[in-house]
Formats: sequence, C-alpha cells, structure tokens
Amino acid sequence: MRFRLMALAAALAVLAIFAGVIMSLVVGAMPAMKAFGFGFITTEAWSPTRERFGALAPIYGTLITSLIAMIIAVPVGIGIAIFLTDLCPRPLRRPIGIAVELLAGIPSIIYGIWGFFVFAPWFQLHVQEPVALAMADVPVLGTLFGGVTFGIGTFTAGLILSIMILPFISAVTRDVLETVPSVLKEASYGLGATSWEVMWKVCLPYCQTGVVGGAMLALGRALGETMAVTFVIGNAHRIAPSLFAPGTSISAAIANEFTEATSELYRSALIELGLLLFVITFIVLTCAQLMLRRMERSKGH
Amino acid sequence: MVANRALYFRRRLANAVFIFLSVGAALFGLLWLTFILGGLLVDGISALSPTLFTEITPPPGSKGGLANAIGGSVLMSVIAVAAGTPIGIFAGTYLAEYGRHGRLSFVVRFVNDILLSAPSIVIGLFIYELLVVRMGHFSGWAGAAALTVIVIPVVLRTTENMLLLVPDGLREAATALGAPQNFVIKSVTWKAARAGIITGVLLAVARISGETAPLLFTALGNSGWNWNVAEGMNEPMASLPGVIYAFATGPYQDQHDLAWAGALLITTTVLALSILARILDNQKRT
Repeated sequence: MRFRLMALAAALAVLAIFAGVIMSLVVGAMPAMKAFGFGFITTEAWSPTRERFGALAPIYGTLITSLIAMIIAVPVGIGIAIFLTDLCPRPLRRPIGIAVELLAGIPSIIYGIWGFFVFAPWFQLHVQEPVALAMADVPVLGTLFGGVTFGIGTFTAGLILSIMILPFISAVTRDVLETVPSVLKEASYGLGATSWEVMWKVCLPYCQTGVVGGAMLALGRALGETMAVTFVIGNAHRIAPSLFAPGTSISAAIANEFTEATSELYRSALIELGLLLFVITFIVLTCAQLMLRRMERSKGH
Repeated sequence: MVANRALYFRRRLANAVFIFLSVGAALFGLLWLTFILGGLLVDGISALSPTLFTEITPPPGSKGGLANAIGGSVLMSVIAVAAGTPIGIFAGTYLAEYGRHGRLSFVVRFVNDILLSAPSIVIGLFIYELLVVRMGHFSGWAGAAALTVIVIPVVLRTTENMLLLVPDGLREAATALGAPQNFVIKSVTWKAARAGIITGVLLAVARISGETAPLLFTALGNSGWNWNVAEGMNEPMASLPGVIYAFATGPYQDQHDLAWAGALLITTTVLALSILARILDNQKRT
C-alpha cells in the first residue's frame, strides 16, 4: 500500500510542477499585466529606461523565425524520412538514421556558438551580400532580403532553427511511415505505380495525421528554442522589414535581459513574455499530442 | 500509343525528380552534421589543454581553465538526477502498473508530454520565482532544481514505455504464485525493464548536460569555486554551458578559445551518452 501511494505521489508531483509553472508565471507577470493590459501584445516600443514595454517585436521574431524554420525543415525532414524508409540501400539505413538522430541530441548552445562564429560570417559573405545586391531593385524581395547585412539576424536564426528541428521531423515521419502496411504498398506497386506515386498517393495520405503531428511537435521546439536563437538573432527590439536585419524573439529577449532587469516592472514584463511563450507552445504541443495519439490509436486497429 | 508513351515519360520523370530530391534531402542533413561537428573539432581541439581541468575561469585577458564550470555542472547534474530519477521512475510506474487506463493517468501523461517539450527557459523562470525570489539570491540549489524539473519528464516517459513492453504474462505468473503487487513490480517488472530505465536516465543526463537557458537566472554563474560544497551550493554557481555563453558573447580571444573547448567537452559527453544509451537499448531488444 505504501508503495502504491509513493507511485501515486510521484505522478501527482508531475501535475504539481505543471501547475506551479503556470501559477508562478501568472504571479510574476501580474505587475506588467496590470500596467499594460492587452496593449502589451500590440505595441512595439520596448524601453527599459522609460519603463514602456510592448511585446510585439519579440512575438513577431518568434513567429517569423519558426515560420522560416518550418518552411525549410518540413520538406527536407520528410524527404530524409522517405529516403530512409524506401530508397536508402539497406546497409546504409541504420548508420544514416543514427547520424540524423544524433543531430537531435546536440545541445542548442552548440548550434548557437557554431552559428555565431562559423556560420554567420560565412553566410554574410557568400549568401547575404550577393543576394542583397541582386535583389536590391526587385520590389518586394528587395525589402525582404535587402539592407545592410550583418551575418546574424532573423533569417540566420530561422536557418539554424531549421537544422535543429530537422531530426525531430524526420524521426517522427520515419516512424509513422513504417506503420503503413506493406500490403498497401505492394498492391500499388502491383498496379504499376512508381515509387513517387506510391509515396505521394498511398503512404503519405495513410499517415497524414502522424506527419502533421510530428511537424507540430517540431514547431513547439522551434518556438521555445532559446540559446541557438539568442546567439544569432542580433537582439534588436524592433520589427525590421528585411529578414536579414537583426531582431529578437521571446526566448532571446528573456535570456538576454532577465539578469539585467533591475526594476520590478521590467522583470515582470519579461516574465509576461515567458507566460505568452508558454501559452503559445502549450497550444501547439496539445495539437501535436492529439494528432499523434489519434495516429497511435488508428494504428492499433 | 503515342499519348501513352508521353504519359509514361511524365511519370518516370516525376519519379526521378522525387528520388533526386529525397536523396538530396538526406545529403543536406548529413552535410550540416559534418559542418557542425567539423567546426567544433577544428576550433575545440586547438583550444584543449590539461589546464582546462585544473584551473578556474580566468578574468578577461588572461589564460585559465574551466575547472569551476565543470565542477558546477557535474555537481548540479548529479543532484538533479538523484532527485529527479526516483520521482520519474515512480510516476512512470504508476502510469504503467496502477492506473494504466485511468483518468488521472491520462492527465499525467498529457501534462508530462507538454513538460517534456516545454521551452526550458520557462522552467528557469519558474524556479526563479519559486526559489531565487524567496531565497533572495541565485544559487546552485536553484540551478539543480531547474535541472530536476527537466529530468523528471524524460525518465517518466522512458520508464512507462519500457514497463509497457514487459509482457503481462510475467505479471500474471508472479501474481499467481501469490506475490503482492508491489513485490511483482519491484522484483519482476522493474527487473525486466531495467536496461530500458537506465537508458532513460542516460538520456536525461545527456539532455541536462547541455541545458543553458534554465541555468541563466537560477545558478547564474560564478568565477570561483567554493570547496565547502554545502556553502557553495548556496551561492551562485558556475556551469559549463553558462560559461560558454558568457565567454562566447564577450570580446576576448582567450575566452572564445575556452568557450570552444567547453563546447567540445559538452558535445563529446552528450554524444557518448546517447550512443551508450542506444547500445543498451539494442542489447535489451535482442
């Protein structure tokens, strides 16, 4: 009986931690919520000296870096998964699968320091400058990819994020692709379908929910990723029209400024940013869980 | 026939493009792995030296080591694993053995999956509010507490999964022999799932050894080392990822070198742990 109670207590402890996280964030964010109300998430101004805080720039940074990361990582991640399940020569399958999964284990600060010292200078010299030059006179693209380049910036942060979430997407996609019954595949091949047609019209529709769930899980990671982004985003509290310009994200703003926040209101505004981040990721992760659960259930039948 | 041939050609072309693109995607992924590990090796190995482990972090402009940062990271990780592992194992046991289909288990499982992927910086804010504000100062204890919160979901998840792999026949056989449930769990299912549970603990260690964000405003950092460990835990404490962050963003070349050396140390540790976990996991399955 004592043993059972200990197990129960441990399970309840998990719930207590979760409740504690939400409560402490709400309590910590209270002063800022009272001072700025709903305007907190619609204003861009961020001035510690005048005690005016608006979260629009970090929210924009978080969303846009995650969007860039998803645009790159979803197709590539699914491509890797397809390669590993269907195309890869059998002896190479395990080593390549392991190598891609090892990418997932590398801590984010390593991506950060590498992105800052190695990738950003290279990217500025060989990609940003030529692109900015070539796009200078094109109407929309000229604004998006123009201006002075620094190597670090919103776009670089999105790129590094995409490398980070790539393994998550390909791991989940590979797992769900393996649930496709081989009878289905064999039947389609028997009808004369090509590998592409089998994949696109049979396998992917079969495990759609799982693939989308995996992508959402990766999105959850991208939204909350801190160190890699902090190193390369440039930490500028403004919304620049160019993607190459420095920006900030919710997590980067907290990581950078929290220990320097001297006034109560400043610290509270940063905690409110944390609360926003938690709410956003909670919603995304919940959707991901629901989809993956549904996939698992349908697999059982 | 002519129309057919055009159709065949189109389908074959589409297929070739598809194969080309997915092979390209795999190469792209491997390319980044090579770039990152290569860059890390080049800059990290040239910065390695024996003094890394014997000297503490230097002030700007002079040479030194990472001893206090390594010590802090090891100390906080050990405490976090010691505190988090039992909670994770017991909670996982509850989900797999007692309340497998219960409403409570459903909620705990859901919440745990959220905690598993929640932004770690938010965990840092939570411990800041919970401990740092109350104690009035940053401390090694706060850092260890933040890491504990990260350990629990990892251990819980693997424990539950591994216990579910244990065939029910084993439990039934033990129960039929008259063993009470807690005895069945302790001496039958835990034993059967031992390798898997150890894998989970290793993965948790790998996960926390690179965590930076939750330490920034809990353990903060410290340029010295207090040999009186009980006192030291009560003071701000250095950690390897924290030092990497502080040194890499600073302007001094000596500190950049130390940051690279630290990054290489962390990556080696993490990769070694994940490979070890994988080997254990494979042994168990065969």
